[in-house]
Amino acid sequence: MAGWLLRRIGQIIPTLLILSFGIFALQQLMPGDPALILAGEDRGDPVVLAQIRAELMLDRPMWEQYLHWLSRVLVGDFGFSWRIREPVGALILDKLPVTAQLATMSFIIGVVIGVPAGVMSAVWKDKPADWGINAIALFGISMPNFWLGIMMILLFSVQLGWLPPSGYVPLWEDPVQSLATTIMPAFVLGTGVASVLMRHTRAAMLGALTQDYVRTARAKGVAERTVIARHALRNALVPVVTLGTIEFGRLLAGAVLTEQIFSIPGFGKLVVDAVFNRDYPVVQGVVLATALIFVALSLLADILYMLINPRLRNA
Amino acid sequence: MLKKTLLATVLALSAGVADAQNLRIGLREDPDILDPTLARTFVGRIVFSALCDKLFDINERLEIVPQLAESHRWEDNNRTLRLTIRPNLRFHDGEVLDAEAVRYSLNRHLTMQGSFRRAEINVIESIEVVDARTVLIKLREASAPFLSRLTDRAGMLVSPRAAEALGRNFGTRPVCAGPFRFTERVAQDRIVLDRFDGYWNAQNIHVNRVTFLPIPDSTVRLANLQSGALEMVQTIDPDDVPAVRRNNRLRVSMSDELGFQSIQFNVGNGARAQSPIGQDARVRQAFELSIDRAAINQVVYEGMFTPSAQPFPPASPFHLRDFRPEPRNIERARALLREAGVRTPLQVDLTVPNNPDLRQVGEVIQAMAREAGFDVRLNAMEFASSLQAATRGEFEAYLIAWSGRADPDGNIYTFLNSRAPNNDGRYSNPDVDRLLDAARLESDVAKRRDIYARIMEIAVRQDRARIYLWHRRNIVAHTARLTGFAPVADGLIRIQGMRLN
Repeated sequence: MAGWLLRRIGQIIPTLLILSFGIFALQQLMPGDPALILAGEDRGDPVVLAQIRAELMLDRPMWEQYLHWLSRVLVGDFGFSWRIREPVGALILDKLPVTAQLATMSFIIGVVIGVPAGVMSAVWKDKPADWGINAIALFGISMPNFWLGIMMILLFSVQLGWLPPSGYVPLWEDPVQSLATTIMPAFVLGTGVASVLMRHTRAAMLGALTQDYVRTARAKGVAERTVIARHALRNALVPVVTLGTIEFGRLLAGAVLTEQIFSIPGFGKLVVDAVFNRDYPVVQGVVLATALIFVALSLLADILYMLINPRLRNA
Repeated sequence: MLKKTLLATVLALSAGVADAQNLRIGLREDPDILDPTLARTFVGRIVFSALCDKLFDINERLEIVPQLAESHRWEDNNRTLRLTIRPNLRFHDGEVLDAEAVRYSLNRHLTMQGSFRRAEINVIESIEVVDARTVLIKLREASAPFLSRLTDRAGMLVSPRAAEALGRNFGTRPVCAGPFRFTERVAQDRIVLDRFDGYWNAQNIHVNRVTFLPIPDSTVRLANLQSGALEMVQTIDPDDVPAVRRNNRLRVSMSDELGFQSIQFNVGNGARAQSPIGQDARVRQAFELSIDRAAINQVVYEGMFTPSAQPFPPASPFHLRDFRPEPRNIERARALLREAGVRTPLQVDLTVPNNPDLRQVGEVIQAMAREAGFDVRLNAMEFASSLQAATRGEFEAYLIAWSGRADPDGNIYTFLNSRAPNNDGRYSNPDVDRLLDAARLESDVAKRRDIYARIMEIAVRQDRARIYLWHRRNIVAHTARLTGFAPVADGLIRIQGMRLN
């Protein structure tokens, strides 16, 4: 197990290196000169534009810019935002807890609704409850986040005045206010996750319920509840965990539209603004951090497989 | 009991951190760096108007009025500006704001690497300190627009001590001499400023704290205002105005902006200029005659913007009253195309920044121009990409806006001078160049206006270098509890005189 873990971690380093070069190369393909974007309406002074290009190394070959960036990243310096001059590392550390809180809340909402709904739907296959759950799930997947978000704002903030329409208060500053600002976006994101998890849990459960070991358990007279929870669900959870970690990673990468609608200052909003403003160091830093989160989560999923399914430990 | 507790909790939640003395203003985007020398966004200027006072300001009639300056006098045939600043001025860090600080700030604008202010005031030859309150600013040549440049970021003064200590990171903790001092900034979330007790005009400041919150979605911005989470929003969409007017707890305030919306033609920038519309002014005139500005404005903007054929807004003393848009005339447009000998339908590529209202404007233009014989192909591009394409000459016609400047020079020179950087279509006419330079030297308003009228006749009526479409409006909405807001055409929010009741 330890050797396997080390091998898996060893694979992560080249992945991140290739990825970091990929981000860098792709950014060069983006149209729009960052110096011109930075200057905006004040692009009138060629001397200043040249100064900006020199300061940001935009006048150097791409490989030189990349090596310079990489050498700084290796010592923990992600550079600074060209637009607001804040260090990128600090921005990432600032936004990560915000997105982590939102992602965790959304994920909990998604799991709490999605997994039981999937199990119930599989157990009551082709019955009215199954149709109803499927219809709700389809609705959850199809409904655009921005529409649901705006509708919730209009209902809960403007009409009822129960919740703040947007913004964010850190959990450690004021837990009640923090929950009040994040519950609507978390619900918007959570319903999407719940729908996906429900559909996959249902499919996995339907597969598991037809397996020989389930038939054997039932033949042995094991209670139906135990058959479902202990035998079927535990096996069905392997693909659901994979999907769950991917969904969680997606949430951590930043729920772009939802963060934009609710003005949540998280990863998604940071990276979108950075792309539009051609703030390359921020884009690079955030994408690299996101990639790191993704590989860590995929490692976590592998570890979870082993804990859930002992047969994999010897594979 | 439970009901009461629930109600109390809900009320506490919805009230949030509201404070009667905290003025919360929703901005449409997060400002860039808060350093007057390096900043360039419009929303940044709104924050600066609470944070950094300028030597001069403009009033509702676009007249230049003193702010940190107390008085000024032109000497040496308008080549030297003698400037006296107010007595007992202090920066937020307690440093004395004297003539030496004026020289320091202007020099910083002129010499700092990457300064966006350099081009605005590089007519300065030298700055001399006469005494603690007086400076002499010597110019290389007389410049009519110079004083107005000091009404914006180029006229903002920064604390020399803080600027030296923080260097290029000054914008992360700016220290100026405005009514509010910098407290904190959480990128993309909020900028918080607190009342500065040492402000020279403190008796006119009636709120203790200003919080700027960037909220990009206009529906959500308005929802924040409606629910009481904001006291003011920088701008709302024209189609939201009726809803705000119906709400007796809200107020809306509108003023024509300083800038304009226009269509720029590529008449001389690379291969794309070699199109019939790039080479023949009659084709461009036909294009203009096929457009009904008022109808577009009605369809897309609820008729709230002001149709125009010039870059000078109605509030400006340089507005040319007799220079009006030509009415739509399809017959004349067709005749002009026949005269020009082009085969119809004539294909024209119109580059449009990819946002909903401008795309809609493009679609209406497309439909209108079709009747005259144009086949308009819309090229919707993300703004940054469209800007670069325009600079490289990769366009035929480009729908582009300008936020506007108080002095007319800032609305015209950079677009119509043959060597100017915003003249992406490379329009060039020596007569226009000569007149633009002459207008810069003319300090008499009436004479200068006449020069601009001649420029409009040549560049717009004769050469058809650009079609000016309309002046947008600054639409500010706020709670009825807020009084004393005086809109100015520059769209900035001046907190002096505002009260939260």
